[in-house]
Amino acid sequence: MLAKINYYLKSFLFLELLKGMGVTGRYFFRRKITVQYPEEKTPISPRFRGLHALRRYANGEERCIACKLCEAVCPALAITIESEQREDGTRRTTRYDIDLFKCIYCGFCEEACPVDSIVETNIFEYHFENRGENIMTKDKLLEIGDKYESQLAADRAADAPYR
Amino acid sequence: MDFLISIWEWLHEYVQYAIYNGVKVVVILVPLFVIVAYYTYAERKVIGYMQIRKGPNRVGPKGLFQPFADMFKLMFKEIIIPTNSNRYLFIIAPVITFAPAMAAWAVIPFNDTLVFADINAGLLYILAMTSVGVYGVIIAGWASNSKYALLGAMRSAAQIVAYEIAMGFALVGVLMVGGSLNLGDLVAKQAGGIGHWFFIPLLPLFFVYLISGVAETNRAPFDVAEGESEIVAGFHVEYSGMTFAVFFLAEYANMILIAMLCSLLFFGGWLSPVPELAGDSIGWLFGKTAVFMLLFLWFRATFPRYRYDQIMRLGWKVLLPVTIFWLVVEGAMVYFKVGPWFG
Repeated sequence: MLAKINYYLKSFLFLELLKGMGVTGRYFFRRKITVQYPEEKTPISPRFRGLHALRRYANGEERCIACKLCEAVCPALAITIESEQREDGTRRTTRYDIDLFKCIYCGFCEEACPVDSIVETNIFEYHFENRGENIMTKDKLLEIGDKYESQLAADRAADAPYR
Repeated sequence: MDFLISIWEWLHEYVQYAIYNGVKVVVILVPLFVIVAYYTYAERKVIGYMQIRKGPNRVGPKGLFQPFADMFKLMFKEIIIPTNSNRYLFIIAPVITFAPAMAAWAVIPFNDTLVFADINAGLLYILAMTSVGVYGVIIAGWASNSKYALLGAMRSAAQIVAYEIAMGFALVGVLMVGGSLNLGDLVAKQAGGIGHWFFIPLLPLFFVYLISGVAETNRAPFDVAEGESEIVAGFHVEYSGMTFAVFFLAEYANMILIAMLCSLLFFGGWLSPVPELAGDSIGWLFGKTAVFMLLFLWFRATFPRYRYDQIMRLGWKVLLPVTIFWLVVEGAMVYFKVGPWFG
């Protein structure tokens, strides 16, 4: 009986509704947590998986030895590699294509690579304007690797203790 | 100037009358459109703030031009008429919703002299106009030839029937205190400070009116007719461009209307709460209306949507008995001449 009266009293005085409005009312005056994207950015982890790149050694020699482990591990079949022997007897790629439309940015290629050649950078703001630009060729990948080498090296060094 | 006056006098009496009233209509409706535009902006800002976001802030300073950007976008969008829909009803439905939402403003008094049509049955007229609007919703749902639209229309029809009655009964309570159907007279009856306002003897009826007002305008938490997550957008799924914008305008105009009626009928309209300190002015009316308009947004930011059967339960089994009970109580108060309201 008392519980019933209590129930009716509660619902007719809108107690719970007022409590809810109190919560939203308090949040109205909270500091806003919106990140104003192009001007402000959230921090990026050194493990971030964005656009791909091919790295070189300090002496300018490309790291990739055409072992095709990345091609084998790629779950989306986004990587195509062709290779031949160079004059000095080492095996190098003649073609290294990544189809960015197929790529799912899982990072397996990076993990499979025995020489840390194929890596994923922290670049995520890029676009294509023409058909075919989605295919990253070896030249384009090396260019990105050269351009961002310092950042790439720093990221690898930061993550080294956990690898 | 003399030339203009001579032209004016040369015009036929009826033409003068038409021009005079046309100007009055423009004077009421243009500010209304501006307020509706900025009400949508305020809604996005307020709800954003309550969700610790910033809301629109890109178009113009602090996002103040956002409503215009939205308006131009809607104006230039294509109006798609679905195949096998009834195209005449489809086009006319938004107009049927929109016209009464505007027409209802004719009898709203802004102070003791500023009123477009000072008719005796003002309150009855408003009840009639606000319920005509739902025909537009039903026709829209029917003419769209879409199952979601039809479901939304059915829901809104049932909901309006349920809440119209509670709303009407709540207003009967106002009539019993005020003794008039003219809105200006009703406000004049509340003169004499905050203690004389009708919301004190009619508190339960005020809450019933506010709740059914929210339901009547199909706003959250009673927006099952739209039912975003269940039936996509309800009765206006198939509408695009300006036809959609007209529905949108009507909804917001109705919200402002309900807010204004709340302040007129229960909170003394343009009357000052403490007449000894501050005089009556139109500012009071707008201030009170703004509070109720904010409440509409606050409700939407706070409450989850009612389930359909719960809406029916609330309307028929809670609000209606409460109003009828309070009418009996009010009858007793009239008999015993309680307080300053029934004296």
